[in-house]
Amino acid sequence: MYETLSSIAQTWGLVLFVIAFGLVLVYALSPKNKQKFDHAKRIPLDEGDE
Amino acid sequence: MTATSNVPAPAQDGGSEVPFIAAFLAVGALLALFIAARTPDAMMSAHAMMFLLAFIAGAFALVHHASSGNRLTQDVYEMGVVKAGVFASVFWGVAGFLVGVIIAAQLAFPNLLYFEDLGWTNFGRLRPLHTSAVIFAFGGNVLMSTSFYVVQRTCRARLFGGLTPWVVFWGYNLFIVIAATGYLMGVTQSREYAEPEWYADIWLTIIWVLYLVVFLGTLLKRKEPHIYVANWFYLAFIVTIAMLHIVNNLAIPVSLLSTKSYSLFPGVQDALTQWWYGHNAVGFFLTAGFLAIMYYFIPKRAERPVYSYRLSIIHFWSLIFIYIWAGPHHLHYTALPEWAQTLGMTFSVMLWMPSWGGMINGLMTLSGAWDKLRTDPVIRMLIVSVAFYGMSTFEGPLMSVRAVNSLSHYTDWTIGHVHSGALGWVGYVSFGALYCLVPWLWKRKQLYSNALVEWHFWVSTIGILLYITSMWVSGIMQGLMWRAYNSLGFLEYSFVETVDAMHPYYVIRMTGGLLFLIGALIMAYNLWRTAKGDVRAREFAASPALAPAE
Repeated sequence: MYETLSSIAQTWGLVLFVIAFGLVLVYALSPKNKQKFDHAKRIPLDEGDE
Repeated sequence: MTATSNVPAPAQDGGSEVPFIAAFLAVGALLALFIAARTPDAMMSAHAMMFLLAFIAGAFALVHHASSGNRLTQDVYEMGVVKAGVFASVFWGVAGFLVGVIIAAQLAFPNLLYFEDLGWTNFGRLRPLHTSAVIFAFGGNVLMSTSFYVVQRTCRARLFGGLTPWVVFWGYNLFIVIAATGYLMGVTQSREYAEPEWYADIWLTIIWVLYLVVFLGTLLKRKEPHIYVANWFYLAFIVTIAMLHIVNNLAIPVSLLSTKSYSLFPGVQDALTQWWYGHNAVGFFLTAGFLAIMYYFIPKRAERPVYSYRLSIIHFWSLIFIYIWAGPHHLHYTALPEWAQTLGMTFSVMLWMPSWGGMINGLMTLSGAWDKLRTDPVIRMLIVSVAFYGMSTFEGPLMSVRAVNSLSHYTDWTIGHVHSGALGWVGYVSFGALYCLVPWLWKRKQLYSNALVEWHFWVSTIGILLYITSMWVSGIMQGLMWRAYNSLGFLEYSFVETVDAMHPYYVIRMTGGLLFLIGALIMAYNLWRTAKGDVRAREFAASPALAPAE
């Protein structure tokens, strides 16, 4: 049990993390999302006054 | 702030939660009464009485609220609970820093400040009081109040749950009182940063779940389609702390009437669980939560959007994915399997990347407006906090490397490292947020005095520098003395010689802490006068540094 879990963590864990990081990069850097993020970064500044 | 059309209409919800809160208070009061009446444990009896009094006070408040009409539905946003959180933050901050100075004095002058007959004044009782007061009481109230503010403003939605945010506020502060009085009486489960016993842990779990419900509920009813990055950090903080708190505190109480409990985990599994919790308390409470403050308050104060929104997304996901694995670096050279130690060390070193990415994102937000560093002491405080964040997150991975850890572990170097993060990063970003919040919440044009902010900044900064430099020298000296051998292969120094050598550094550290406390008192006075609506005579709103020249 211990051997199995630790070997999975040491191999597939790494692969999983690299894939997850790749997906984050794709999401963050995709030109399709540029407009969305340009709007999002203005959210704190474009608040209305109550 | 300009008036735009995206102001939400006054919310109409609220009221439906009142019967639930009443039932909650009634069940709690009955249980507390039962335990107080039956327990043979004097400490449990004291705590049950405190719970009982709190529930009765809560019932009175609820009746008063219900009988005076539902005042909560009047405004667009629920800011009353944020104001209460600001009060609590400043109060607990000053209290926690004061206890810190007291225990620093006890270390510097152990004979003078040891009282045999007053057990509660012992260093062992006061030290968790200090750590919990600054991390959970001060930091926790800052995080709760800023999160309630930010989530409402960036979602353009009123807080979810009517009175529930108030239950969260009072419930959380009741937890703090139970924890603090418990430490003084000697109630502890001896887990680092998780000393409160099982019943306080259950209470905190209930309150924390309600906090999550309020936060998620507000996100769900948002009028703004995109969830701003600060809310992602707050959400990660709330969810992860819930998970860490529950797993770390899995324990069996001796009985319903006893303060004592035993952990479910044995031996090295227990050690790993404790440091998985302990390090992620740093990662998700003291880092992710306060990064949310950075991502809202720095852009808002500087009136410039965050440097790179894309970087903030990469920062968020890489930080939360990597941090959770770093805990084992606290267990180098122990019974923990070496591969797990190495994993903790590797992930700690990898943390350099998101930490510095986040730091650059915060600092570069000022790009093109660097003059604000000179003219606005609040911006300077926020930016210096991010610089301290960069410094302590550079030092941390270094100390997690096994070879460095063999020198640094168990020495004052660790204490210095923690305080460069706690005083410099967490403290300053909180102070900056409080200096922003008080004029916004009480609708004041400016702070009572920018000159006092300057005083706070410089007095505290000198205090932090004294603190961390003395602890570096003391810690490295201590580590080197412990590993020094003489020509015959015996240890060069006895333990008490290392303690004696640290005395001057302990005095310097105490002085640094005292300066930091004085700075916080200056802030408390300044914020109080600001809330009252006073403005100090001859204050220039925009540029205090230039005032004499104008």
